[in-house]
Amino acid sequence: MSATASTNAAAARPARGVREWRRAVTSKLGWIACGVALLLVIGPLLDIVWVVAYNGVSAFSPRLFTSSTPPTGVGLWNAIEGTAIIAAAAMAIAVPIGVGAGIYLAEYGNNRLGGTIRFMSDVLTGTPSIVLGYFSYIVLVGALGWGLSAPAGAVTVAILIVPYLARITELALRQVPNTMREAGFALGAKEPTVIFRIILPGARSGVITGALLALAISVGETAPLIYTAGFSSFPLNLHHPVHSFLHNQIGYLTYVIWSFIEQPDATSHALAFAAAFLVMVFVLIINIGVRLALRRTKFT
Amino acid sequence: MKIRPFRLTLLSLSLLIPAALCAVVLFLLIFSAQAIGFNGLGFLSRITWNLGDLYGDPVTTRGVVVPNGASYGILVFVCGTLLSSFIAICIAVPLSVGAAIFLSEAVPPRIRPVLSMLVELVAVVPSVVFGLWGIAVLVPFIGNVMGPALSDTLGFIPIFAGGHSGGGYGLLAASIVLALMITPIIATTLLDALMQVPRENRESAFALGATHFEVVSKAMMPMVRATLIGGIVLALGRALGETMAVLMVSGGGINILPTSLFSPISTIASFIVSQLDSAEGDSTNMAVRSLAEIALVLFVITLVTNAGAKLLSSGVLNNVRHRKH
Repeated sequence: MSATASTNAAAARPARGVREWRRAVTSKLGWIACGVALLLVIGPLLDIVWVVAYNGVSAFSPRLFTSSTPPTGVGLWNAIEGTAIIAAAAMAIAVPIGVGAGIYLAEYGNNRLGGTIRFMSDVLTGTPSIVLGYFSYIVLVGALGWGLSAPAGAVTVAILIVPYLARITELALRQVPNTMREAGFALGAKEPTVIFRIILPGARSGVITGALLALAISVGETAPLIYTAGFSSFPLNLHHPVHSFLHNQIGYLTYVIWSFIEQPDATSHALAFAAAFLVMVFVLIINIGVRLALRRTKFT
Repeated sequence: MKIRPFRLTLLSLSLLIPAALCAVVLFLLIFSAQAIGFNGLGFLSRITWNLGDLYGDPVTTRGVVVPNGASYGILVFVCGTLLSSFIAICIAVPLSVGAAIFLSEAVPPRIRPVLSMLVELVAVVPSVVFGLWGIAVLVPFIGNVMGPALSDTLGFIPIFAGGHSGGGYGLLAASIVLALMITPIIATTLLDALMQVPRENRESAFALGATHFEVVSKAMMPMVRATLIGGIVLALGRALGETMAVLMVSGGGINILPTSLFSPISTIASFIVSQLDSAEGDSTNMAVRSLAEIALVLFVITLVTNAGAKLLSSGVLNNVRHRKH
């Protein structure tokens, strides 16, 4: 009896050993595969940053900021200015709408109407930017006769970022405890006072985060601008700034990246990388800054 | 009911969002109505995109005035879009699953925030910068190294043939760039879900004698499967509508269906950008209208995809609550 048991155990032990061994090896290989996958995700990002920074910095010179794109000059001034104008105009349109919508959704949106608006907002977020660009091309540029111009580009970008702003504002406002609202109303404050003096200041960091991320998006967009803002190698005409803003095509950095890298000459390539460097620095600073700031507020 | 001007102001601001969406759909529909009638259902199944004779006198066909010989078919671009997104998903899913598992389980908690921030930052790189990197780094790599190597080893399979010719622009380059762009979407969704798996489930798997990797692969992954699928479909929606990066590395193939990984392609989105200039030369406007119809098709495809993602991640199938972004 005992002899049988011991032979059984002896027979089973090596078999279990093989199985254990196989499990251990599978686990090791699995971890290695996962680590390699992480490297393959992060590696290209580091390579992108490196390639853009290396080529961008070697193309850097003060002329970038004093001279316009070829054939007008050898710099990027018109594109830097245009990107700033389009982003600023888009933010000027989108922030009041997005924040207002966010307030409505957070404070009064717990009903069917709020749900519908939220759903449509999600659909708009998921709509490819080129579809929005094409809409603006046929409606703003064509039917309304704005032509290729900064306002057409800015409105398109605004349509793109309003849903983000609304969603992030709503999330930020919902973080503010209800007791704050009740305290405000108990003191006899009216709705606008409670919202603008108590709730919005309480949700300030969240709303600013949303606005900064929206700004980063509007600086990095290309597709919806090509057929709405057009492109121009001239900076804003300072003698007729308003007319020039409303009716002229306008340059922007992302267009320079796209079109100049396809040119055959090295000067154009250098400008494309310099433009990419400026855009990347701006977008990464905003995104890293926002994430660091958020983490700090979360833990203190 | 009492009229509250303050609420009404906020309401009208928020109603601008649905209004914008409806305006987009409505005006694209109105503008492309003639093209929809002219192109019929064959729009989706025809291969040839031909603007016709833009310099001759337009002719009247099926009740509308179009350039002589004009034919608008988008099967090539639909195929290009679906194929590039599908291959991108095939590349991105293993990468992001591996990365998310490694981040949630193998990385010390102190450096996890840094690494997960790096993964998130991949998502904020502008599309056009991905395209630039594609042209500068990826396309030469595919053209000189990867393409020839794949064709030499696997060239007997038709889809791997042709890696020696062509400079690296094409379906594979577009798919790889797309894969990189959507990886963070899947990875962060999955990472969030993995971090929310209850302690008890992990610990009971450990107590049964499972190795750490078995705990992850056999106990935790099944719990987050629905979230993972939702994330994948969300990423698919992003890939389908991606424009600039694809436009820059895809080779811009038209009028011919892709036969291998190295065939030049166009996606619906990239085709709209690349063709609008030529379409504007059509005095009958039918080419611009047909492009609007393409935009509508793209809208419908992404709408269906995103709705699917929403359904999948709504939590019906989930044990773990899915955190929204």
